[in-house]
Amino acid sequence: MVEIRNLFKKFGSVEVLKGLNLDLRAGQVNVIMGPNASGKTTLIKSILGLVIPDKGEIKVLGEKIEKKWMYRSRIGYMPQIAHYPENLTPLELIRMISDIRKGDPDTQAIIEWLGLEAFLDKKLRYLSGGTRQKVNATLALMYDCPILIFDEPTVGLDPVARLKLKDRIREERDKGKTIILTTHVMSEIEELADQIIFLMDGIIYLEETPEKIKESQGEASLERAIARILESQKTSIDA
Amino acid sequence: MLKILKYSFKDIFRSKWLLIYFGFFFVSTWFLLYFTNDPSKGLVSLLNIILMLIPLMAIVFSTIYFYNAREFTELLLAQPIRRHTIFTGQYLGLSLSMATSFFLGSGIPFLFFGVQNSDSSGSLINMLLMGVLLSFVFSALAFAISIYNENRIKGFGLAILVWLVMAIVYDGIFIYLMVRFSDYPLEKLAIALSLLNPIDLARINILLQLDISALMGYTGAIFNKFFGTAMGMAISVIAMLFWTIIPLFFYLRKAGRKDF
Repeated sequence: MVEIRNLFKKFGSVEVLKGLNLDLRAGQVNVIMGPNASGKTTLIKSILGLVIPDKGEIKVLGEKIEKKWMYRSRIGYMPQIAHYPENLTPLELIRMISDIRKGDPDTQAIIEWLGLEAFLDKKLRYLSGGTRQKVNATLALMYDCPILIFDEPTVGLDPVARLKLKDRIREERDKGKTIILTTHVMSEIEELADQIIFLMDGIIYLEETPEKIKESQGEASLERAIARILESQKTSIDA
Repeated sequence: MLKILKYSFKDIFRSKWLLIYFGFFFVSTWFLLYFTNDPSKGLVSLLNIILMLIPLMAIVFSTIYFYNAREFTELLLAQPIRRHTIFTGQYLGLSLSMATSFFLGSGIPFLFFGVQNSDSSGSLINMLLMGVLLSFVFSALAFAISIYNENRIKGFGLAILVWLVMAIVYDGIFIYLMVRFSDYPLEKLAIALSLLNPIDLARINILLQLDISALMGYTGAIFNKFFGTAMGMAISVIAMLFWTIIPLFFYLRKAGRKDF
């Protein structure tokens, strides 16, 4: 469970978050979507403590996160495709994270599940984007964290891995975890989302279940319903 | 922090440039000793390489490393670990690796040429320590500059500029001031100006230890006159420590509040 109250963030003169209020509940997949530069990544990074908000409060599992760091042991984070120290191997990276986080990680099962065994000793620089994503998924899932954050997780993954990851996200949700997911892929949103949080210009433009969004716009597909919302927003701005 | 240090080390030690850096010092020291055939002459010849090259390489590698590690830093920041631990670990990982490759690269050839049996062993250790300190100073400067500049081209340019000013332009300004105001007593100004340049501090320290007055130059001579050899060397080391601590302080302060 993540509670966000009155969150403001400016980068220079650009206001990215303008007084955000949001509850990300446990036991559901919370999809954060919105146009580019709507504040999705800033929101996620604020929860993780990578971005320090100007104003407002974030509580993770009931605890304020300001100037804290231990709370992150209860978050699994899968970033977008990233370039890590190129001379390390996935195995070393995984060991490093388990060195830092301690506890009892379940790495072997995840490595087998993603088919990463053959790549564990290769240097990261020789790995493809998709394989690096699998390494990222391993880092996010190797601990049994009550909160899981996925930032565009399926980009670069092959269809099999994509399916596996989506199944896994559903399983984790059914265990009662709080899942936070950003993606641009409509089919994924349609498949996975229990709650859609639509960000626009730094505020929550819409927070609904996919069914209600479709219903309110009188559309059968979520993609069309969202497009319709965006269109109407544009016309109201133009007017 | 030791964990961050351990993995930074692993990553850096496997990259080719550190090996090239080590190889460069090894080969050039070897050749200098081979041609002079006298450790004490070899030391003097090595002096300029140390004073020019270590600051340049430390500043270039540290800037590149800091910007390249950006996404990795983000991954670490998402883990249950203090910000200061991550950033101190990365700084130490890089500066210690650079200092070690220089130390071994230049130190090993001296052992082969019998420095341990000559009277130059003290001078060698002192010179190696100065090289190590210069690595720490310029690495700290580069990390501080990089963290304050989001734009890597600007950051890199600024870092090179700092090196250029301290290694080259500084001497020109110094001489200009000395000539322009030669009618006034300039000792204190000269000392103050030396304290503002870690490369000059290292040079003064090494030459005081080697006791070569012909190479000391104006500032070296003033240091010698004002403080004597031992005190002069101690002051230059302390000033260089400040040159490490102050940039590091600003680097860590910024790291504590920066958005990633």
